[in-house]
Amino acid sequence: MSSFIDYTVNGFMIGNIYALLAVGLALIFGVANLINFAHGSVYTVGAYIGWAAITYLHTPLPVTMLIVFAACALVGMAIERLGLRPLQGRARIAPLLATIGISFVLDQLVQLVFSPQPRALPSDLPDWRLNVGGGSIGALDLLIAAVGLVSAGSLFAFLRYTRLGFAVRAVAQDREAAQQMGVDVNAVNSAVFAIASALSGLSGLLVGMYYNHIDPNMSFQATLKGVVALIIGGVGNVPGAVVGSLLLGVVESYGIALFGTTYRNLFAFVMLIVFLLWLPNGLFGGRTALQTEPLTGSFIAPSTPTRVPAWLLWALTGSAFALPLVFDAPYLLQTLTNAWLAAMLALSLTLVSGSAGVISFGQAALLALGAYASALLVTDLGAPTMLSIPLAGFIASALGVLLVLPALRLRGHYIAIGTLAIGEIVSLTILNWESLTGGAMGLTGIPPISLFGYEIYSARGVYWLCLVVVLALALLQTRFLDSHFGRTLRAVREDEIAARTYGVRVDRYKALAFAFGGFGAGVSGAISAHLYSYINHQTFDAQLSLLALTMVILGGMGNIVGAILGAVALVGLPELFRVTAEYRILIYGLALLLLIRFRPQGVLGAV
Amino acid sequence: MTPSLEIRGLTRRFGGITAVDALDLDVTEGELVSIIGPNGAGKTTTFNLISGLDRSDAGSIVFEGRRIAGLRPEDIAACGVARTFQHGRVFANLSVEDNVMVGGHTRLRAVRPDWLVGGALAEIALALVRPRSVRSEERQLRSETREIIALFGDRLTPRLDHLAYSLSYANRRRVEIARALALRPRLLLLDEPTAGMNPTETAEMQTLIAALKERGLTILLIEHKLEMVMQLSDRIYVLDDGAKIAEGPPAAVRNDPAVIEAYLGHNDIGQTQSESAATEMRKGRAWA
Repeated sequence: MSSFIDYTVNGFMIGNIYALLAVGLALIFGVANLINFAHGSVYTVGAYIGWAAITYLHTPLPVTMLIVFAACALVGMAIERLGLRPLQGRARIAPLLATIGISFVLDQLVQLVFSPQPRALPSDLPDWRLNVGGGSIGALDLLIAAVGLVSAGSLFAFLRYTRLGFAVRAVAQDREAAQQMGVDVNAVNSAVFAIASALSGLSGLLVGMYYNHIDPNMSFQATLKGVVALIIGGVGNVPGAVVGSLLLGVVESYGIALFGTTYRNLFAFVMLIVFLLWLPNGLFGGRTALQTEPLTGSFIAPSTPTRVPAWLLWALTGSAFALPLVFDAPYLLQTLTNAWLAAMLALSLTLVSGSAGVISFGQAALLALGAYASALLVTDLGAPTMLSIPLAGFIASALGVLLVLPALRLRGHYIAIGTLAIGEIVSLTILNWESLTGGAMGLTGIPPISLFGYEIYSARGVYWLCLVVVLALALLQTRFLDSHFGRTLRAVREDEIAARTYGVRVDRYKALAFAFGGFGAGVSGAISAHLYSYINHQTFDAQLSLLALTMVILGGMGNIVGAILGAVALVGLPELFRVTAEYRILIYGLALLLLIRFRPQGVLGAV
Repeated sequence: MTPSLEIRGLTRRFGGITAVDALDLDVTEGELVSIIGPNGAGKTTTFNLISGLDRSDAGSIVFEGRRIAGLRPEDIAACGVARTFQHGRVFANLSVEDNVMVGGHTRLRAVRPDWLVGGALAEIALALVRPRSVRSEERQLRSETREIIALFGDRLTPRLDHLAYSLSYANRRRVEIARALALRPRLLLLDEPTAGMNPTETAEMQTLIAALKERGLTILLIEHKLEMVMQLSDRIYVLDDGAKIAEGPPAAVRNDPAVIEAYLGHNDIGQTQSESAATEMRKGRAWA
């Protein structure tokens, strides 16, 4: 009984913290139709500003909270200014991608300023606990509850009774009409970002104190939890976001009680998928009022792609093959090998997101599926790698299609979030299916690749192998898109209604794009597993998916040569110039931001 | 006289509004039937119901003896019904040629084997391997596409490779019709094919539609330009507020008092005005 109350209290505390995140996301979605992926980064920034204030300035808690609130409000306004305002009138996925870029930048800045080490965030609250029916409630619990209630209350009052609150609600209802009535939409957006970010930062501070632990990598999970709570409550619905957060917190807490901590996130993401598929309008949206397609997934800026002349392609391919004969520096070859492996992933993503228009934020999960498939085939069943790698491609393809199939009816932002959740579910299933995958320990001692009895160890050998595979995949994909698939997939991307009216089974063709792309990604994962000799559930994480998306946008969505170019540019070049790891993510973030702002069609043009 | 399309009691309500109200409509094979009526009369809703983009609340739609109400749009397309859209829905980032070739999608047989199991995988394999049958099917579709595009004279042929978003409005409408023809429809639904076209372009389009009718194509046409409707149609249905208020050959509809009233205001508004408008209508002018 006592533990039941403890878990319930804990669930509500966590729920309260999620609510501080989700309310901001809901506000932002309301006025800007945008899911702000930088939200969790502001939360981290808030936690670190709080830590710095306490550590260096020895501020008392109320002052610390005030500092965090104000500083994060400023960060929020900066995000609005950089990520949203310049992108008005663009494809609606554009600002979302911009916030991903901003989150990369913010996270990396936090790491650079405060070091990647986790920190303790002590709270100077009295150390008493109140016993309630066998469980107990501490001062911090009460503070969190109070902050939650006060913010919800003041937000309600703000929206209800202030002029700016009216303006916010007016913009949320009808942006154009509000604008015509003289509402300064930019000012409203700015205010909303400020409030939302301030709450997010506060939430980061409270979480840090709750666990007495902060680290720069907590952003992504925070964003995801906020998004899950948002969708449970119904996107853009502020009270719904509060209820969704509390529900999520309690469900997670009971999940931990029943199955253990490693299941916490699994519960969150399964809930997300369930809601996306069956209650896409959230708890309070009602079943009948089907949300009109609010967002479109197509990010294709009309462009005439640059045709790379055939002789240049031949020359580049030739030099790529000849390179190891001239420079046999293992470091260079390993770097380019990584680029080829990334290119395989980028090829698969450019097909799915570029050609077929299904924005996928979970493509790296296919790598994980391929990697585990091949590693297990070899270590458990003794299959030769020559067989296991292509088989892993087919397994990744088949499992990927099965997983994504129910989500294919989602549109726009929702499919992006759905694929993100599916990716997380794959990783968490790997973590929890210990008997098969080794759980958190991962798989060790994966043997190297051997072809016809020759083990491929040398940097050269691996380089050539990966180069051959990536070229083969690129040629296959070119041929694939040169068939009726090319025009059919693009037609699906351009206008699903028109495509269906002309007899195209939209879901079937999207699934086939995933199947084709899944093979290449699975092969890439499989080769990686044998090269690394060790993999775990985090080897292929969501950040890799987002990095792949950046590559694809850099090269030009749907552009095959562009995907390879993007991979070389983002994986190869920073490594070759010896950019240290911390700065690399910063570069990715900035690259993404600049591309979306100035060249959404990519370097070679979207096809 | 084989019936092509038979609609009985078709009803579609949106909230409190009955957009289509117990509509009966028949089209015989080879006939050109027009639906006219003021804005909001339910014309486009009727098209959406026939093509499966919207679901009716009551009534039946039978095409060539097969009940198609409730089928998905892709299945209705496979039955041989093609439509164009009022505001144009070309695939903006596809070339003119590809737009039209997508129209032929339902006719791809060789590359889309109709197997119960593994059809999807076979489709990928066939697209990659491309045996002779697949290649010749694709070649055939391409040459047909060019023939269809040639129907529009010099309007589209020089722009085969142009992406559709770069075309003029009128040319986009032409691409849309070309795409519909590539389906080789046995029933063609044209939703205001001349919207936004100038008189020369309208006349050109009228000639084209007349030629299509000449070839024996069954056509259901929504059009606001009355002169064209009167000249092309075998029969005309007049809708107002979702209900059919008149039907018959052009000459009969033209003089139907109910029609004149529906378009030109009710009797109590003023006789003179109505009469002069009626004169306009007899001359076959479009109403404003």
